[in-house]
Amino acid sequence: MTALRNPANAFTAIVLVLFAIVPFAAPAIGEPFYVIVFARIMVWAIAAVSLNLIMGYGGLISFGHAVYLGIGGYTVGILAFHGINSAWVQWPVAIGLCAAISAVFGAISLRTRGVYFIMITLALAQMIFFLSVSAEYYGSDDGLNIFQRSDFGVPGFSLEDNLTMYYTILALLLGCVFVSWRLVNSRFGAVIRAAKSNNTRVLAVGVSTFRYRLTAFVFAGVMCGIAGLLQANLERFVSPDMMNWPRSGELIFMVVLGGMSTLFGPVTGAFVFLMLSEILAGITIHWHIIFGPFLVLVVLFARGGIAGLLSPRSARE
Amino acid sequence: MNSAPHTRGDIALSVDRLRKAFGGLTATDDLSLEVARGEIHAVIGPNGAGKTTLVNLLSGLTRPDAGRVLFAGRDITRLAAPARVRAGLARSFQITSVFRDFTALENIMLPVQARQGHSFRFWRPIAGDGSLRGPAMEILARVGLAGRADIVAGNLAHGEQRQLEIAVALATAPAFLLLDEPIAGMGLEESQGMVALLQALKGDFTMLLIEHDMDAVFALADRITVLVYGKAIATGTPEQIRNDPAVQAAYLGEEARDMAGEGA
Repeated sequence: MTALRNPANAFTAIVLVLFAIVPFAAPAIGEPFYVIVFARIMVWAIAAVSLNLIMGYGGLISFGHAVYLGIGGYTVGILAFHGINSAWVQWPVAIGLCAAISAVFGAISLRTRGVYFIMITLALAQMIFFLSVSAEYYGSDDGLNIFQRSDFGVPGFSLEDNLTMYYTILALLLGCVFVSWRLVNSRFGAVIRAAKSNNTRVLAVGVSTFRYRLTAFVFAGVMCGIAGLLQANLERFVSPDMMNWPRSGELIFMVVLGGMSTLFGPVTGAFVFLMLSEILAGITIHWHIIFGPFLVLVVLFARGGIAGLLSPRSARE
Repeated sequence: MNSAPHTRGDIALSVDRLRKAFGGLTATDDLSLEVARGEIHAVIGPNGAGKTTLVNLLSGLTRPDAGRVLFAGRDITRLAAPARVRAGLARSFQITSVFRDFTALENIMLPVQARQGHSFRFWRPIAGDGSLRGPAMEILARVGLAGRADIVAGNLAHGEQRQLEIAVALATAPAFLLLDEPIAGMGLEESQGMVALLQALKGDFTMLLIEHDMDAVFALADRITVLVYGKAIATGTPEQIRNDPAVQAAYLGEEARDMAGEGA
């Protein structure tokens, strides 16, 4: 319990408790609308956790990460469009596609560094985005409605039930955080973190970093693909917009806002980012005028994000 | 520690007409030299003589334009940097190049895990991994940093960071150490400590030592090569180098003549 005396951990705990109780608490206080808002936040949190793996811990700033939201989502959408609703088909195909595409994109982009890496990840992602825009058969810009959520064929467990959908997302979010915790602290994670700190030195102790970075890139792509297929199921809808480049920028921002290379930073980052835009949008239609400067201030003055801002100085060292 | 197979004569590292130019500047100019097994072979030369370029060429971080590098009799000229380390050729950096946000211990655990094979192990935390901590603590103790294991590298004193730099290279279990100015920027006491450390390592490792500090070079080296504008103008024992007129003219100047006088 002493861990909760650290305000950053306490804030994380509050967010997680909110995630757990909102399906009951929100209707109780007459705001049932917040159930869907929180479900969305958790989906974005999964995507942000996945980006943090490569960006926070690996120093690889991908500006095209939302493409895996799109690939995961469209796999569900297109299969459902053709009448294939089984989750046992949809989910493995989505994960496999994300793995394959992230492996190809990673193999190309990881040969570059710095701003070139950012630009190439952006360009590759936009390629898939334009592919989805031009796919008239699947709705182009208008997207694709999904009339039935992924069907697991398990009696008593149906994503059509909103409560089941909600807690499935929460469970997968916690699972993804747990997986990233294990990854980051493993031998594999040590290589990824060391390569962020000093890639040349990692080479000079006998480790070819490329293969490890590529593997991390694929892990992140798959995890983000899971967020994508959840988003498709939650909204019963996919459209090219879910993988357009502003989404990738928002993901980067959630990670930075919450605190890069902290375990729960992307979760609190997604929470604050989306809640704030939700609340501000309720106050004025010109909410971007407030939101934009807020983001600038965070970048300028809270370099460790929320986690850095709330941690006592000793814990930051 | 010398696990590399014995080769013709007892030559650990052989550089054959190595050449590297950056634009119009020839940093390494048909350089040939041989390092005997077990010796400390110092390479000295004025700034811009191409000493760090030589270390980069030997460690595989820079590709030569021409020439060959033989390590334990094997041609490693085309081998990538990580593969050379796995073959037993480790290096330290002139500008301290450790993982600044890792603790001293974690800095050593990474090369230890690297020498144990691939790192595609995704699940088990390294923190409680005795097979990493044990060997890493031994190496820290060897360079005198055992008491500083849990300090973040960026917070170590300069001299300690230089010790850690050597320890990271040692942790790869090398047969051969390429040391790029290990004493750079050290105070008198620290540099004496480093000389003592290198003296203690002598015998277990063959070393190519780049160094500006002449006291250290003459205290440690079995043989010395003098590099000027990428060319080796002389190679010999410290005594021969002290008394070589060409070396005195090109590089050592008054200082060397004084030292030769004292030595005689």
